[in-house]
Amino acid sequence: MIPPAFEYLRPTTIPEAIALLQQHGEDAKILSGGQSLIPMMKLRIARPAYVVDINRISGLSYIKEEGGFLKVGGLTREAELEASSLIRSKYPILMDTTHVIADPQIRNLATVAGNLAHGDPANDHPATMLALGAQVVATGSGGERVIPIEEFFVSLFTTALQQGEILTEIRIPVPPAHSSGAYFKLERKVGDFATAAVAVQMTLDEKSVVQRVGIGLTNVGPTPIKAKKAEDFLRGKKPDPPNVEQAARLAADEAQPSSDLRGPAEYKKGLVKELATRSLSGAASRAAK
Amino acid sequence: MAKKQLVRVKVNGRERQAEVEPRLLLIHFIREVLELTGSHIGCDTSHCGACTVLLNGKTVKSCTMFAVQADGGEILTVEGLIKDGQLHPLQEGFKEEHGLQCGFCTPGMLMSSYALLRNNPKPSEEDIRWGISGNLCRCTGYQNIVKAVQFASGKAAQGGAK
Repeated sequence: MIPPAFEYLRPTTIPEAIALLQQHGEDAKILSGGQSLIPMMKLRIARPAYVVDINRISGLSYIKEEGGFLKVGGLTREAELEASSLIRSKYPILMDTTHVIADPQIRNLATVAGNLAHGDPANDHPATMLALGAQVVATGSGGERVIPIEEFFVSLFTTALQQGEILTEIRIPVPPAHSSGAYFKLERKVGDFATAAVAVQMTLDEKSVVQRVGIGLTNVGPTPIKAKKAEDFLRGKKPDPPNVEQAARLAADEAQPSSDLRGPAEYKKGLVKELATRSLSGAASRAAK
Repeated sequence: MAKKQLVRVKVNGRERQAEVEPRLLLIHFIREVLELTGSHIGCDTSHCGACTVLLNGKTVKSCTMFAVQADGGEILTVEGLIKDGQLHPLQEGFKEEHGLQCGFCTPGMLMSSYALLRNNPKPSEEDIRWGISGNLCRCTGYQNIVKAVQFASGKAAQGGAK
């Protein structure tokens, strides 16, 4: 399949890229990893007249802790997250997540920021970032603005990013002691989108009571869902099996799946309950270590 | 038609260049412009991995990348595995262990396995299955592909691989 013709632009700095995006407005699309954009162009779901390839902008690929945040650069690839010893040791939820995204070749190109900026509720990082309480840095002509992740996903394929803005950094608060997370996904085969998936990040206090918990749901609604009722229920309680089961039931209630070729809505609700149970108990046992 | 752009790449150690339309996919550039037809187009939807090549040392699905993006880069295709008329240990492994039947997925399987062994010369069976998880084979059931990669890994351990 041959994508429609377009003009190819390759800026080497952020201001140059922003200027091009502003100049061409709705006719321009950012090409980052391209692993969603190019398939959409082949299918004519996207037909940008101008493609702004940001891959040659230097200094946008990094994973570092700084000022109380884990900072992931706008061009950081999934494969880089997967290979990072910092992620492996301190952010198991991110390791779980990147492992189940697409396949090795796609992870070599696909970016973490693109996984969010695409605004697809079937993508995996959105739920994980909701669980982690991340922030997104959008850079435009007026400089940077910081968007809390809960305000980022507006509707299907629509995010809070404005035309002419680039997602340049993801910031995740460095978790305190006795924190951990997990991401469980059911996919029909490697590379498939989730039938459903649940992300959990949890902090326990010294009495093993849940101090903070974030729960995100993948592909069971028009946007990624933050399971607030389940979070509220579990906060201040021990993550023992009865409480985990009740929280998982509440998370399933908050899911809004639709029936499709991956299964009927009722099945997906049941699946959310099971995956939430696994993620909650997985996060709790990791956090207790 | 959009303005053509110059693409310069080093393919299998050789400098190549051509003026192409920006929409030209890397796989079409490799097969039709450079006339290296070893890399296959299977699904054309980034699922099957038959078009896998190495770009700057990393495997990519060349059906899901524009040729212009590869400008200035180094590409290794299946044609680049053979050295001085000698099959690469992986190619030998696929032959010895019957790692192919129809052979359509083989170029992609070889490139993914090549990248795997370069990062992890002694992979476990699980590592191998993980390493080729972006490549589909509809004939072998994967068992003999895993054995072929193990063959190459063993040969490298004996000092046979270059």
